[in-house]
Amino acid sequence: MEIDAKLGLDVFKLDEERHITIDTAICKTVCTTRTCLKVCPADLYELDDKGEMTVNWEGCLECGSCLICCDDRALTWTYPRGGFGVQYRMS
Amino acid sequence: MEKVECIVVGGGLAGLSAAYGLAAEGVEVMVLERGNYAGAKNVTGGRLYTSVLRDIYPELWEEAPFERAIVREAVTLMGDGAATTVEVASDRFAAPSPQSHTVLRARFDQWLAEKVGEKGGMVVGDMKVDELLLENGKVIGVRAGGDEVGADVTIVAEGVLGLLASAAGLREAPAAADHALGYKEVIELPAATIEDRFQLNEGEGLAQLFMGDVTRGMTGGGFLYTNKESISLGVVVAMEHMRSRGDELESWQLLDEFKEKAQIKPLVAGGEVAEYSAHAVAEGGFDKLPRLFGDGYLLAGEAAGLSLNALVTVRGMDFAIASGYHAARAALAARDAKDYSAATLSAYDRALRESWVIGDLDTARNVPGFIENERLFGVYPAAVSRLAESFFTVGPGRSSRMVKTGWRGARREFLNTATLKDLWSMRKI
Repeated sequence: MEIDAKLGLDVFKLDEERHITIDTAICKTVCTTRTCLKVCPADLYELDDKGEMTVNWEGCLECGSCLICCDDRALTWTYPRGGFGVQYRMS
Repeated sequence: MEKVECIVVGGGLAGLSAAYGLAAEGVEVMVLERGNYAGAKNVTGGRLYTSVLRDIYPELWEEAPFERAIVREAVTLMGDGAATTVEVASDRFAAPSPQSHTVLRARFDQWLAEKVGEKGGMVVGDMKVDELLLENGKVIGVRAGGDEVGADVTIVAEGVLGLLASAAGLREAPAAADHALGYKEVIELPAATIEDRFQLNEGEGLAQLFMGDVTRGMTGGGFLYTNKESISLGVVVAMEHMRSRGDELESWQLLDEFKEKAQIKPLVAGGEVAEYSAHAVAEGGFDKLPRLFGDGYLLAGEAAGLSLNALVTVRGMDFAIASGYHAARAALAARDAKDYSAATLSAYDRALRESWVIGDLDTARNVPGFIENERLFGVYPAAVSRLAESFFTVGPGRSSRMVKTGWRGARREFLNTATLKDLWSMRKI
């Protein structure tokens, strides 16, 4: 089962405001480990064509692994605003 | 600034347990929950050691929406193409007073939130707390939804990441070394199929943990819990190991790999995946506990690091409920004394240390260091399974006596310096 299909099963209340922002300068100049790519259980992190780190924050499961594992502090990570984000029905 | 007697940050089990205890005594309590409803942001592996409810809130135990009573416990070691399962069934695990049940949080937490409401407490959904308000080092309330609300005491039960408490300097930010990542699928199957497949009576359930291949030898394991009409199947891996691994596997693919294993595939066959979820787990244990109280506040549940992975028992929700209860008791005592200073609220810390909550964490204080050892999850599950397999293997050629097979296998697998060292370090756990 592909990850998009898994995320497709979950209920998300989409906010217009993003809750994760990446300081891509840190990703480019400081980070050598790319831990966000390795830990995110929703596979949301991606290097784009220009080699810039991006995150599809809309599918975030709010586990916080990327935040905990990014030693270079490239992420500004909060929970989505009240009422937004993933809404688990049976976990 | 509007003011209530008590604000509870987070409508999970710690927060709701605290709110229930307070509301029952007539305290004006408001729970602020960022999800659409209590449980909307929560994930459990699967199992609550329910005796805590029976002890402190017996009326809740009677009617709680449990999934199945866990009457069978199993641990499977897998590796090198073999698997060995140890399974324990006991009359003591079964009715009339089973020690644990599977639960689904969205259902369970919403029910508990209703119970808080019935006692006169208020649970507000869609309300994220943005900041704890401090004045001269004392927590005086919160900022949420653009408003500031004051409180005599704030019970911070915001969950494992502890973002608010760490931003306010009340605890450290979570570190990879002390946390694991858990994720799971809830796979729907008819109740009768689950009972047939796992050989269970109606309402009874199985909990099974898996070590070895399932995490590719990383610290952690797989789990399977039977719910009423679904199975929770998932994986937990130490973040430190997850982030430093050298392979190209995406983290989420570990679960699919697990699902495809011969031991698992027939168990979930025909099931429909209904939800996919992920959560961090605190595994720092006793040595990483933050200060649990201060002027105007108490930390409860996993925000206070209260969870315990002791290999075959994995706990957190019972700690949440018990810590919520003790937080409520301490807040009530502070209310009677009309003093919400750290000195008065320190009763919370004492109560937790005198109870099994911190007691059990203390007992298991060497476990987190012990399970850092990857041989436990790579080498030994395979070794044990190979040894077990050798007893059941016939040919080729003439078989040797059982005791010789055992001795030869044990010598081959376990008689080396690393293993003897590991055995020696086991004495502390």
